[in-house]
Amino acid sequence: MTVVDDRPATEVGSPRRRKEDARLIVGRTRWTDNLTLPGMLHLAMVRSPYAHARITSVDADAARQAPNVVAVLTGEDVKDIQGGLPCAWPITPDQKAPTHPSIAVDRVAFAGEIVAVVIARSPGEARDAAELVDVEYDELPAALELKAAAADQTLAHPDLGTNTSAVWTFDSGAAGTGGDVEAAISAARDGGIVIEREYRQQRLIPAFMEPRSFVCDPTGEQLTIWSSTQVPHFVRIFTAAVLGIPESKIRVIAPDVGGGFGGKLQFTPEEVITVLAARHTGKPCKYTETRSESLVSAHHGRDQWQKLTLAATADGHVTGLKVELLADMGAYLGLVTPGVPILGAFMFNAIYTFPAYHFTCRNVFTNKTWTDAYRGAGRPEATYAIERLMDELAVEVGVDPLEIRERNWIRHEQFPFTSVCGLEYDSGNYEAATARAKELFGYDDLRAEQARRRASNDPVQLGIGVSTFTEMCGLAPSRVLGSLSYAAGGWEAASVRMLPTGKVEVVTGTSPHGQGHETAWSQIVADRLGVPFEDVEVLHGDTQVAHKGLDTYGSRSLVVGAEAVIRAADKVIEKARVVAAHLLEASVEDIDFANGSFTVRGTDSAQAMAEVVWAAFSAHNLPDGFEPNLDSEATFDPVSFSFPHGTHLCAMEVDTETGQTTMRKYVAVDDIGTIVNPLIVHGQVHGGIVQGVAQALWEEAVYDDAGTLVSGSLVDYTIPSSADTISLTVDQTTSPSTTNTLGTKGVGEAGAIASTPAVVNAIVDAVRHLGVNDIRMPCTPERVWTAIRGASGSGGPSTAAAASHLGAGAPNHDPDSGAATQGGAQ
Amino acid sequence: MIPATFEYVAPTSVDEALAALAESGDDAKVIAGGQSLLPVLKMRLNAPSVVIDLGRVDGLRGISVDGSDLVIGAMTTHHEIANSPLVREHAGVLADAVSQVADAQVRHRGTIGGSLAHADPAGDYGAPILALGASMVITGSGGSRTVAADDYFTDLFETAVGEGELLTSVRIPSHGGAGSAYEKFVRVAQQWAIVAVAATVRVADGHIAEAAIGLTNMGSTPLRARGVEEALRGRPVTADAVREAASRAAEGTNPPSDLNGSAEYRRHLATVLTARAVLKAAGG
Amino acid sequence: MTRITVTVDGTRYTDDVEPRTLLVQYLRDRLGKVGTVVGCDTGNCGACTVHLDGRSVKSCQLLAVQTDGHEVTTIEGLANGATLHPMQEAFRDCHALQCGFCTPGMIMQAVDLVTENPHPTEAEVREGLEGNLCRCTGYHNIVKAVQQGAGAMSGGQS
Repeated sequence: MTVVDDRPATEVGSPRRRKEDARLIVGRTRWTDNLTLPGMLHLAMVRSPYAHARITSVDADAARQAPNVVAVLTGEDVKDIQGGLPCAWPITPDQKAPTHPSIAVDRVAFAGEIVAVVIARSPGEARDAAELVDVEYDELPAALELKAAAADQTLAHPDLGTNTSAVWTFDSGAAGTGGDVEAAISAARDGGIVIEREYRQQRLIPAFMEPRSFVCDPTGEQLTIWSSTQVPHFVRIFTAAVLGIPESKIRVIAPDVGGGFGGKLQFTPEEVITVLAARHTGKPCKYTETRSESLVSAHHGRDQWQKLTLAATADGHVTGLKVELLADMGAYLGLVTPGVPILGAFMFNAIYTFPAYHFTCRNVFTNKTWTDAYRGAGRPEATYAIERLMDELAVEVGVDPLEIRERNWIRHEQFPFTSVCGLEYDSGNYEAATARAKELFGYDDLRAEQARRRASNDPVQLGIGVSTFTEMCGLAPSRVLGSLSYAAGGWEAASVRMLPTGKVEVVTGTSPHGQGHETAWSQIVADRLGVPFEDVEVLHGDTQVAHKGLDTYGSRSLVVGAEAVIRAADKVIEKARVVAAHLLEASVEDIDFANGSFTVRGTDSAQAMAEVVWAAFSAHNLPDGFEPNLDSEATFDPVSFSFPHGTHLCAMEVDTETGQTTMRKYVAVDDIGTIVNPLIVHGQVHGGIVQGVAQALWEEAVYDDAGTLVSGSLVDYTIPSSADTISLTVDQTTSPSTTNTLGTKGVGEAGAIASTPAVVNAIVDAVRHLGVNDIRMPCTPERVWTAIRGASGSGGPSTAAAASHLGAGAPNHDPDSGAATQGGAQ
Repeated sequence: MIPATFEYVAPTSVDEALAALAESGDDAKVIAGGQSLLPVLKMRLNAPSVVIDLGRVDGLRGISVDGSDLVIGAMTTHHEIANSPLVREHAGVLADAVSQVADAQVRHRGTIGGSLAHADPAGDYGAPILALGASMVITGSGGSRTVAADDYFTDLFETAVGEGELLTSVRIPSHGGAGSAYEKFVRVAQQWAIVAVAATVRVADGHIAEAAIGLTNMGSTPLRARGVEEALRGRPVTADAVREAASRAAEGTNPPSDLNGSAEYRRHLATVLTARAVLKAAGG
Repeated sequence: MTRITVTVDGTRYTDDVEPRTLLVQYLRDRLGKVGTVVGCDTGNCGACTVHLDGRSVKSCQLLAVQTDGHEVTTIEGLANGATLHPMQEAFRDCHALQCGFCTPGMIMQAVDLVTENPHPTEAEVREGLEGNLCRCTGYHNIVKAVQQGAGAMSGGQS
């Protein structure tokens, strides 16, 4: 053995400290906004204050005359060259969509839409001049509330004639993957259980920590774009397609990127405008958004009404589920906007053996910021609804919520299991994850405490929330995407380059922005090639280096991207094996490779990988006809999704006098298949859980009656801090995936998908004995208090008004607020 | 994110500051710690032509005892007040409240004078200042005058500090020996108070001899809950008696409705938090 | 323009600045101290936290002119040459960062917190960091790192 001293036996599975951190903890970082280039100009956007208005005039003369202003571009100036922003996922052939200009030309469709850009020598001067641009508007009626918009009461885009963009349906009976839902519901109405509920998925804002920043340098042969994006490859393709620039003349670089969560899975107006400004002036241009701009103009997430009908037998075996969604697109269709609810379509049946299923989604335009992917994209919404509903079923049947799940879930011996949606779940063990979670949680003790508090009428009640979830990860098999009318494939590419000095460069088509690919890919390649972890360098995010890739989102990077890395590394080994055989004067079939060394089977003779690499480099002594190159590349297209799952348990205390909720305990046991780096996995789970908890408790993008985003700064869009959260108990059970070499499943979205229903289930459980069966998210203290009070008959639900702290005084009103106590079983 | 341009003046004495203020009139903004002013300037919600920085003025910073009064200079930071043994001894409720202002970084820069001059009804100073019966020392070109807390807050973001005047210090009669508590209700830690209640209570023979209650964010200014104070006098320190008195906490208030709560909910919170604050202050 | 002289990470700088220049803009745009970042415009996120005369402040909530004659330490001045500050070490060791954008501010605030309270409880750490937002980690590992860093700063076993 030639394994070096303190290295772990295998890198995969070891809690390696991250390579990335060395630069991040000392501030030696390359955020896009850090870039300064000679002669660089700075942009400031002029944005519409109105949700829906006709632009009657734009007077930029004063701005053009302002000190150090180089140019001002309006919609009129660029209307013939700016093209329209793309939607890559037309979910139906008859999908309706308005043209999506980067700079509005004659009409704005949401508050925050760009109407002009000022280009000046400094950011301050650009901002000063932007204040001088005089835009006259004729206000139009705005479509704001989702249900009213779905009824076409006011049109977001009058020219479309309707607010409905598309209606998409899946029916298990029609697809031949299951039974007929209506039959199941009819049958259940006679002696069984039918539960009907309506849930609201409030609008959220991804709120990545790094505001978006774009730099475009038009000098040199290639136009170079630096972008704080999750998807540099998409940005390159769409810059070419939208602006008519040859793709080969565009280089996109995603340097250090400060979080995304789906929010940077976009091709944005700001990117196009930065390019237009750079081409217009011939100088490098930079645009960095403020946080307030980011909150109003980077895409939002969620925003659905979910109507559900669940049929079950009297003893709680589900016989059918019908889902009717309204999904708010906002004003435009972004990159994958229409597909987000469709990603949830296959997840409402979750971990259960439902025999019949029907799903319909109506995508609706409103005059609000457009929505698109946000951590989980469709799957958290689905998981929330079904996990809330399973709790309701448990109440109807009169059993523990874990018991009702067990009656319906796929037993571990049933894997591989084909779901009612026709998806094949490769592996899983819900029993094991649940047993472990109960043990870590102290489930029985907490239930006993809950009973004591109820009996003593304690003002602080305790509730326990359950969420047994699965998700489809590893986006995505290209053929499946094709069948869903998605424009691109779902493969991923990688190459492995063997440097003469023994170092290894791994080029990946994924584009990490906090996930730790540099570390994880190094671990995988170190094992594969038998080289030290430190000797592997991972390159990404520059289309001139990683020319081929489909980037990072949808828990795909490890499952799809790292599989490509493994396959490229294996190709290196196969090439090197030929050289080793030649050097060892043996036949290729007799050469074994292990721990970085080629050996002739049954002998002591060996060649280290480094020696083989050098031999290939010097090329003095290679087999005849052997191309002196060990570098290899691979592209991996998955044949199916992966299905991580887990059991999350949450205990919440509810102060019944104020409605204040406090998290007491949170346990997550996830099965994400094989773990490459437990440190990174735990971090992903922690962060995901807190984002999901934030949806349950704190976050909501609230608009007023005029269509202004009230929660438009971090004062009012309340992201939790360390003081609002608790330490979490996180553990894993492992059923390796059977669809890739390592058996990985993906973990980026798990926490965010699982935790939201766990928290709300816990809150409702705490006050259910007071007559409450639902509380709208976010479960603010007022909503909790109102629900308790409404249920106890001492007053109706109140309607909260909306006003931002900074802009206090504006008369605002949120038609969506308030708690629900209606809806019942029959 | 970038304020509009302004002229910057950094006087080194109160007289120089008053002169600068007189010269620039109402187009000037005084900056103390700047923790409320800077966001307003950055969002361009206000664009003064002159900013007068009190940061280099001598003698405005510090905590001392003068006779039976605690005296706090206007430029004293939240952090200094929250951690001062003198404040803890003589005006404990102020230390409790100020230790909950925003976050540590803001408390390192933000000042009592800046906060009281800004007079955000959701700010954490108003309620304890009212409950402690403090006085504000306001200095103008003609000298200094003292305004009682009850007369200081005049309207939303408005105070008794007149044009050309500066708030220079705060005098607080010693409450050594009295019990006190600050109950602040928020959805997330760093937030402005949705509602908060400051209570100072003197207990004699198991009965409440005297109580003063200040309310945060229950109207356009910080408010006294005088109905509660009256109802508490002479009552035994029991949960029932205190709750009954506290049910009057929302009397005469006009709380806002916003993302964090309706006016109705705030009225309810005021009664719950008042009862809690009084019980805690009374050691009950 | 106003002339200021500020010591940043041990080096004395003299510059003419517009009074409206925020300290963080001065650090980033004039001095190239781009390790300190801007995450919001309302003073909520704490990403821009630096030390002013040894105490943590939000550098987007200060004008550069207010720091004339004072001393500023940024994340770039925290390590002692090649030797990381114990809090930096702890953040790495505990995987207390993912995208790393909040990290400079988070570390600077953590150092301030531990300077004031050398042995903070978990609750004290959580409250002490309430002015620093992180969207990636859920804070779990940050809290762990600060306690480990506190141990190392006081010379104890971490």
